[in-house]
Amino acid sequence: MAVTARLSHDGTVEHPAHWHREGEGEGGRDHGLFGPTGPFGPNGPFGHRGPSWLRRGSCQSGPPRRDPADRLGGGVAAGVAAWRGFNPAVVRIVFVLAALVSAGWGVPLYVAAWLFMPAKDAETNIFSKARTDTAGIRLAVGLGSLLIFVLLVAGALNGGWFVSWAWPQVFSVAGLVLIWRNASEEEQATLRHLLEPLGAAAGDVTHEGSWRRRGTILRLGLATVLLAGGLGWLFSAHAKMALLRPLGGVLLVAVAIVLILGPWWLRIIRDLGVERQAKARAEERVDIASRVHDSVLQTLALIQRRADDPQKVVQLARMQERELRSWLFEGKDPNSEAEVLTVTTEVRKIQEDIESRYGVPVEAVTVGDCDLDDNLSALLAAAREATVNAAKWSGANVISLFAEVEPGEVAIVVRDRGKGFDPELVPEDRKGLAESVRGRMARRGGTAVVNSAPGEGTKITLKMARAATVTRS
Amino acid sequence: MSMPRVVLVDDHGIFRSGVRSELGRQVEVVGEAEDVQPAIKLISELKPDVVLLDVHLPGGGGQAVIESVKASNPEVKFLALSASDAPEDVIAVIRAGARGYVTKTISTAELADAVLRVAAGDAVFSHRLAGFVLDAFASGPPADVRPSIDPELEQLTSREREVLRLIAQGYTYKEIARELFISVKTVESHVSSVLRKLQLSTRHQLTRWATERRLA
Repeated sequence: MAVTARLSHDGTVEHPAHWHREGEGEGGRDHGLFGPTGPFGPNGPFGHRGPSWLRRGSCQSGPPRRDPADRLGGGVAAGVAAWRGFNPAVVRIVFVLAALVSAGWGVPLYVAAWLFMPAKDAETNIFSKARTDTAGIRLAVGLGSLLIFVLLVAGALNGGWFVSWAWPQVFSVAGLVLIWRNASEEEQATLRHLLEPLGAAAGDVTHEGSWRRRGTILRLGLATVLLAGGLGWLFSAHAKMALLRPLGGVLLVAVAIVLILGPWWLRIIRDLGVERQAKARAEERVDIASRVHDSVLQTLALIQRRADDPQKVVQLARMQERELRSWLFEGKDPNSEAEVLTVTTEVRKIQEDIESRYGVPVEAVTVGDCDLDDNLSALLAAAREATVNAAKWSGANVISLFAEVEPGEVAIVVRDRGKGFDPELVPEDRKGLAESVRGRMARRGGTAVVNSAPGEGTKITLKMARAATVTRS
Repeated sequence: MSMPRVVLVDDHGIFRSGVRSELGRQVEVVGEAEDVQPAIKLISELKPDVVLLDVHLPGGGGQAVIESVKASNPEVKFLALSASDAPEDVIAVIRAGARGYVTKTISTAELADAVLRVAAGDAVFSHRLAGFVLDAFASGPPADVRPSIDPELEQLTSREREVLRLIAQGYTYKEIARELFISVKTVESHVSSVLRKLQLSTRHQLTRWATERRLA
């Protein structure tokens, strides 16, 4: 137990009970670097008991497998991390450092691991499939050789460190081509995502209109010229050791990159905007949904429960309709009460009251509007009484209530197509019309005219002169 | 008169099938559309007598349909139909060229009557539209009136006001004729004249009306 003993001695593991349980007594064997007690094993300093930024979970049995669920590229780093119980982020940093230190050779090594390491839920690795893909191999070799040619030319033009870094990428490109052609559907989607900037540049050419295509060709052509010019400038400057020239070269390269990737960046920004809009719409939807639930759905539920009572159903539907209308078209909150008293609001109140109390629809129309004074309040009280009478006695299925505010007077007409009556023969017990309507109007200097005949319906016309006030509408 | 050929334009499928089954006996429903562009195409192909048109449609609203069809097929007549009573909607479709406006709560018999009336070249006003028109043409100070080619268009005659008042009170044309001791034809001509004024008037109340109403 050399390793474990040393560890406890260093004070990394201080809990005796912990030490005892994991030490497995004197008979424990050293399993080497990756064994349970080795430095990279679960109990080693870089394994399970390492510092928290390194640890993540328990080790996996068997060979390492790529983890497509937790990937940035091929999921190799995540696979290795899961295999040894490391934090994937740490493994990724190590990979990147290794690629830098190895002068670019880390990249083809990564691609190779991608090829040979099977994915978590797959039976075989990608290479076993790629072996039979002759077209893919040909393509890989072709692209690799093309890159070699380019690098040879660049080397001849004094490419410097750039070329030395690019050489290993010949293998990376070949490997990626094979992966591209032979990976599972899901992995191909990831690749497409990674290569989208290039795809966007090429995609414009293939499936857009001719104007757009011409623009793209122009853009790509310009980019190529600038890129070549910039790189040439950079390399030649390197040779001549001029101070200002590299800046110009860098500028040209930057412009070229913007030309190539610009549309892609723009699309990303546009997508973000669309996403924000969608979010705003979703919030609005939630607001409307809660409103609809509070009013419309509740009423519909009530209507279903009262389906055997047609009058009640009509009443509920009318009430809901009015509420929805005032919210949708007039922008009024149905629950806000603070309203100025005007002819229009009073007529609407009469309509609402009669409809909810007697279940008879009232078609109300008002023309113009003005504030109420005592005389007009009396007029509206009379109109209310006349409407109640019509709802109670006429038997009509709809009552119309019409109010018109004119500069000199306000007229209200209450009309139904119900059974009607002979005004001469009103029974004694029906005082409503005589007292509440006629009397009320007469006391305030207004007029009430009743037109009715049996079977013809009833029309009551009420008129009241206005005090000299300003018309509202 | 043979049954008028009708196209229904409404984005609400349940409503379309409801109207189709209700009107089935009185009119011939030759087509249905639920959006502005398909509606324009369908109407230009079928050339119906009357288009029953919802005011609120995705992709432009009923107004857009009327304006586009009027240019190529001026003989097609529109009857606007809407759940909305918002004045700006109503005034907008009428000014675009609809021959009438009724609300969706209208009874089947009245709707059939309205379609037949529009097919015959008359105008159809719901009681609420009559109220709007009275309001818009209310006798106000002349400052409200912009200079117009024809001052006749800027106000209603007293007879027209009477007719509109009765419509607003729920009277049918026949009842109005009896009430005012005139013929039904005369009532129709009054309403048509009001419609013309409504469409051609430069009264800025008609355009500003909705906003004013909201403030009231």
